[in-house]
Amino acid sequence: MTGQLVLSATDVHRDYPLSGSPVHAVRGVSLDVMRGEYVAIVGPSGCGKSTLLNLLGAIDRPTRGSVSIGGTAVSTLPDREATRFRLTHIGFVFQRFYLLPVLSAQENIELPMSEAGLSASERQQRAKELLGYVGLGERARHRPAELSGGEQQRVAIARALANKPTVLLADEPTGELDASTGADVIALFDRLNRDGMTIVVVTHDEKLAGAARRVVHMLDGRVVRDERLLRRA
Amino acid sequence: MRLQLAGRSLRRNVSRTLLATLGVAVSAAMLLDMVMLATGMRESFASLLGRNGFTIRVSPRGTLPFDSEATIGQGADAAAAIAGVPGVTAVAPVLGATIHVLGSGPAVTAFALGIDPAVQGDYELLDGAEPTAPDAVVASDAFLRATNAHIGDTIDVAVGFDPQLRTYQGRRRLVVSGRAHFVYLSADDRAAALQLGTVQAMAGRERADRVSLFMVRTAPNVDPEVARAAIERALPRVTALSTAAAIAEAERRLSYFRQLAFILGAVSLIVGFLLVSTIITVSVNERVGEIAVMRAIGVSRWHIVQQITIEGVALSLTGAVAGLLLGIVTARYLNSILRGFPGLPDAIDFFLFQPSAAFRALGLLVASGIIAGIYPSWRAASLPISGTLREEAVG
Repeated sequence: MTGQLVLSATDVHRDYPLSGSPVHAVRGVSLDVMRGEYVAIVGPSGCGKSTLLNLLGAIDRPTRGSVSIGGTAVSTLPDREATRFRLTHIGFVFQRFYLLPVLSAQENIELPMSEAGLSASERQQRAKELLGYVGLGERARHRPAELSGGEQQRVAIARALANKPTVLLADEPTGELDASTGADVIALFDRLNRDGMTIVVVTHDEKLAGAARRVVHMLDGRVVRDERLLRRA
Repeated sequence: MRLQLAGRSLRRNVSRTLLATLGVAVSAAMLLDMVMLATGMRESFASLLGRNGFTIRVSPRGTLPFDSEATIGQGADAAAAIAGVPGVTAVAPVLGATIHVLGSGPAVTAFALGIDPAVQGDYELLDGAEPTAPDAVVASDAFLRATNAHIGDTIDVAVGFDPQLRTYQGRRRLVVSGRAHFVYLSADDRAAALQLGTVQAMAGRERADRVSLFMVRTAPNVDPEVARAAIERALPRVTALSTAAAIAEAERRLSYFRQLAFILGAVSLIVGFLLVSTIITVSVNERVGEIAVMRAIGVSRWHIVQQITIEGVALSLTGAVAGLLLGIVTARYLNSILRGFPGLPDAIDFFLFQPSAAFRALGLLVASGIIAGIYPSWRAASLPISGTLREEAVG
């Protein structure tokens, strides 16, 4: 950890209008994440973890409060700029992988790079490097349907890394995986963090949370405990 | 990559894409046929009248050409008077008559045109020579087939038949000098053309110096309407009709055809639009999760709209190309049926393929494919990302 602030949420609220009274999904969360940190956000279902992650990743806007990443106030960016910011600064990993079924593993990884305007040769080279990094160098031409769940999630992680993001946000990345393939993903996140990637992960998985260096506990839309774990060898 | 993605998305459900393309093709074919029908008769009628550069038809007062048996008397003087009108460059007299070709079997009845071979515009010589001699005749294929005559043969021809005496009048032996295509008659019409003087002589006193019709050419720099008015002033017993007026009259009479074609064409266009719109909407609804993820990882709304619109355009374009071929084949088939109507000039087409009109219509269909793709894709790309992903995760 270098001590540089990468992600900052200040008094973030998120209310959803519902007939009758609004639902307060996130209630005044403040959170600072430094460069190179590996943060797990844990808590019971419906406590607001995923909502908070969406707010941190600029795919949702807080009702109140602010979120900044690398000094940019993402919570106030217009849609077009927020989209561009997500493309170039944030890597997303979802529980259900969400790879495009019509594209091969390599093409899925190339997609964000294509959007960012990289040339075909640059895209292909980086996609191959990333596939090698996640241990799927031989599966480049396979479609998602031809890959196991663990392999699909590793491709999704490689896709999230395509544009060299500032921070990697993951929402239950092991939620759809069995213990063995989940362990592969946990190991990959660990390696990524050791290589310097800032990671914020939302999880129910105790093993994944245990692999993080910091665990933020949420309950009813609030942070109730923020604990730092000892770095393992 | 958007093109690649659009192509593969269409191939994702091959049978649906093929059926949609087929539907668009049928719609495009219908649209094309309606465009061809809307303009076909008018254009081919205009082309028919404009052949050989004749711009004015002069017929007995109150009649249209060959509308009745009426004729113009003192034909030679009338021709001279028309030729004297400023701007007139040629006058082609025509006298119509029914002739009977006599042989060993029953007589063959045919339609004969007395013409001036030097300025006629009624036929195109296919084989042999013009009827420059008084006893020469050119005939249609149907005539030659019916009479079993060939070029060079001599045939016995009469103009009148007295049913009481059972005798033919105005008999004359003529030599078949050529084979011709009669542009204002149908292919099945038995027709012959010979010199005007010969027909007049064969028809006797009743038709002496009489003419059914004058076809008039005007100089390119002369307004045919001006010349037409001058002819009617010079010859009060005739009606002169310019080609433009004839076309306008035909257009007026055919207006219900155009209205029908316009309505059916519009319906085809709407059906094509709805088809593409439905297919794209269904396809987009199946992919809202994917679209939300693409938005989440930073793909712009506009690029998602572009990609899905490309799918709509690809469907419309493929359907339009297939529809072009299907429409032409269908039009040819329908044309062959409609042209079989007795008495229709061979040169009249109900369905006329005009590249500019056809491509405009198909361009309209492709444009409707673009519009059909924009709305569902924009709607999907505008869904809230987090809410959509949450619903997808639950669903």
